[in-house]
Amino acid sequence: MDSLYDVLIIGGGVIGCALARELARYDLQIVVLEKNPDVCYETSGRNTGVCHGGFAYDTGSLKARFCVEGNRMMGDLAEELDFPFKRCGKVLVGNSRADYEQLLRTMAQGERNGATGLRMIDGEELHRLIPSVVGEFALLSENSGILDPFMMTIALAENACENGVRFDFNRKVTGITRDADGIWTVETPAAYYRTRWIINSAGLGCGAISEMLGIHGYHTIGSKGDYIILDKRLGPMVPMPIYTVPSNTYMGIHVTVTTEGNLLLGPTAEVTQNYSYYGVEQKNLDGLYQEAMAIWPHFTRADYIRTYSGILSKWVNEEGVIQDYRIEIRDDLAPHAVNLVGIESPGLTSAVPIARYVIGMMQEREAFAPNPEFNPERRGIRRFADMTAEERSAAIAEDPAYGELICRCQQVSKAEIRQAIHNPLGVHTMVGLKYRTRAMMGRCQGGYCQMRISRMIQEELGLSPEQIEYNRQGSNLFYGKVREEAAR
Amino acid sequence: MREVDVLIVGGGPAGLSAAVALYEQGVKDILVVEREAQLGGILKQCIHDGFGLTRFQQALSGPEYAQIFIDRVRELGIPCLTNAAVLEITPDKKVTIVTPEGLLEYRARAILLAMGCRERTRGALAIPGERPAGVFTAGVAQSYINLYNRMPAREVVILGSGDIGLIMARRLTLEGAHVKGVYEILPYPSGLARNIQQCLNDYDIPLHLGHTVIDIHGDARLTGVTVAKVDDQRRPIPGTEEYIPCDTLILSVGLIPENELSRGAGVMLNPRTQGAVVDEYGQTSAPGIFAAGNVLHVHDVVDEVSAEAERQAAAIRKYLEQGALPEAGVTLRAGQGVHHVVPQHITGADEFLLSLRVATPLRNTKITVRDGDRIVAQKTYRRAVPAEMIHFMVKPGTPQTHEWEVSVE
Repeated sequence: MDSLYDVLIIGGGVIGCALARELARYDLQIVVLEKNPDVCYETSGRNTGVCHGGFAYDTGSLKARFCVEGNRMMGDLAEELDFPFKRCGKVLVGNSRADYEQLLRTMAQGERNGATGLRMIDGEELHRLIPSVVGEFALLSENSGILDPFMMTIALAENACENGVRFDFNRKVTGITRDADGIWTVETPAAYYRTRWIINSAGLGCGAISEMLGIHGYHTIGSKGDYIILDKRLGPMVPMPIYTVPSNTYMGIHVTVTTEGNLLLGPTAEVTQNYSYYGVEQKNLDGLYQEAMAIWPHFTRADYIRTYSGILSKWVNEEGVIQDYRIEIRDDLAPHAVNLVGIESPGLTSAVPIARYVIGMMQEREAFAPNPEFNPERRGIRRFADMTAEERSAAIAEDPAYGELICRCQQVSKAEIRQAIHNPLGVHTMVGLKYRTRAMMGRCQGGYCQMRISRMIQEELGLSPEQIEYNRQGSNLFYGKVREEAAR
Repeated sequence: MREVDVLIVGGGPAGLSAAVALYEQGVKDILVVEREAQLGGILKQCIHDGFGLTRFQQALSGPEYAQIFIDRVRELGIPCLTNAAVLEITPDKKVTIVTPEGLLEYRARAILLAMGCRERTRGALAIPGERPAGVFTAGVAQSYINLYNRMPAREVVILGSGDIGLIMARRLTLEGAHVKGVYEILPYPSGLARNIQQCLNDYDIPLHLGHTVIDIHGDARLTGVTVAKVDDQRRPIPGTEEYIPCDTLILSVGLIPENELSRGAGVMLNPRTQGAVVDEYGQTSAPGIFAAGNVLHVHDVVDEVSAEAERQAAAIRKYLEQGALPEAGVTLRAGQGVHHVVPQHITGADEFLLSLRVATPLRNTKITVRDGDRIVAQKTYRRAVPAEMIHFMVKPGTPQTHEWEVSVE
């Protein structure tokens, strides 16, 4: 309550984290409030992880503009922040004359949007690129790619944190007021925060926060998509994401490879108003199976390793038509508040351009002094699985824990788990460690390693068994010890 | 690169049994590679009894059974690397191992795959619903309780009647949890009859056959599951759904041989067993690479794992002496009513042990091995169930064809 922040960011998704990182370039006291125990817990982590090309959005829209810009810079960003990104290209496959015409329109729209590397390819070239795909022809987007959405968001957040931004987790905003001096007070059940600027990057909560800011009238809907994750044994057969012919509002079911080499089938698309339900329905699993089979019939149910779902927050008008991103500072209603509404796909690709655009709007109202100590570089945990034999030997010589594998499926060493437990954001949920190390993400789903990892968290941080949480608050793994250990 | 005659991947019951047998038969240049800090494999966490009934005529606990072999390995001075994970096996039998002391490379004359199996997970089954904490495979829950002294459960529903699930129903009950019931999608139990009696009936835990979990609820810790009856196609029957409040769902829904290293070595796998395709020597499609125990096919009891590993050890000795084993030119196919057979290839020259599981429970049935019109072997069983592996010795006689079939009537 005592300190006064310059900027308070509501929401630790990819947009909030990109804002935190970009604002850290300036001499500002910044805090990010996140209602979950970690960043990247909702929309940002629950998607396909594709770096989009920018062809699927209406020309002139913010979505098109930021996507094209974000795509262009993603390689440099990934290098600077050390997160997995691969510019592997992507195909949109078609079979009929109508498909062909739609793809031509999509390509023309992309070119108008400034997207490059787009071209139609025939069946022969398509099958040279992806021998196993079903399709007569395709639109190839050479500059599309795949990224690890968790690591991208975590990298942005960690870089922000290392540059002085504070992250407070388990802080659900319940009220916002503005006093006569123009200082905002943000209420959470755990604490009050005072700030000069406020940014609503609350994703699924953007409508509710907008109301709290006194900006009324935005109608948002949730679009829920279910996915199936397949064993990474199949990864080499899909060198780039396979999409079907899109409309401007729905990309259709796709078969995508992740940076880890797993395949994703999905998403379905259903309107929902329940923003906390991430259950996957049987009918959607059956539907995904059917639709994915139609474009890539090389998997069986035995290849499933997990399912998940995500919800996009879409701003719709009175007719229910999905709108562009809305990014505004309403000097009349809520001065010194940036309101972001309907930030959905392509949000990962667009995150940093959005952040820079927002800062531009803020700087029109207040000049920020640069932060002379800002360091744009962030190094992630060095991964045993990605090392050459020589690098492995050197890493083990330096730290023998690199030679002790904790997660066998993903080949994650004890050294990596330990570093992740002591991550800059102070996150210690099981899922938080999973996102940071890839341990427990493989085909055995933690059957071998979760016991060791949960014990390491307890030992490294001095926590009791009851304090070990799976993901959210209240997701305790244990009800204590089986029995008290005898004194040694 | 170091050299070794036999490199054994896995220091569980199969690997240890094979190591002892090889050494006792004079093959002494052996290395056992175990990724965990201690030998014994999964037996370490199986503190219930019932191990060694056939082999030692006594009911040992898992750790006691393992210790017999560990002691013998130590007594013989067989080299074992622990905390050592095999990263790769190549078809020409080069093995890369990672240890806290560094990377090691071996070239082996023969390799025994003895990596055991893993549990099928919720994700692999694609059970619909949310993903809260409190959904554990039976083996994970067993490990938490028996090895890590952590209590993961209070109000429990168990899906699947595999043996580990049954054992855990009893174990959880003994530790004060309340097991509300065991739900099995099949119309018959997956576990051994003795475990149904000793772990469920003796503790008044109901077994609901022909039921499955169709939804999982809770966004933090599990709050409940929805179960439903299934039809004969295993589809949930509308109107039979029942919500059961619980904080823990234990899954005992099958074991999958752990063959990722085998794939890398170019070993062909059988889609039914999910283990290697082998001949009567336990030799895989990669010459000099053998497989034994649950990595080859999931066994009912550890005594059989040891016996299989010892047979493979004898074959490995023969392979080392002769440089190659006789070609197994006859294919053995699982026919009508048979889920799978091991081995899948035989020489047709020597007597061999046939292992199989039937596809469905049967009474008064005949199992027949056919070589064209010729009946090679026939055995009558009063009762045959998928949960209990069947094996018998087969004398091949003179082969007429190269495609034999094992079927039930």
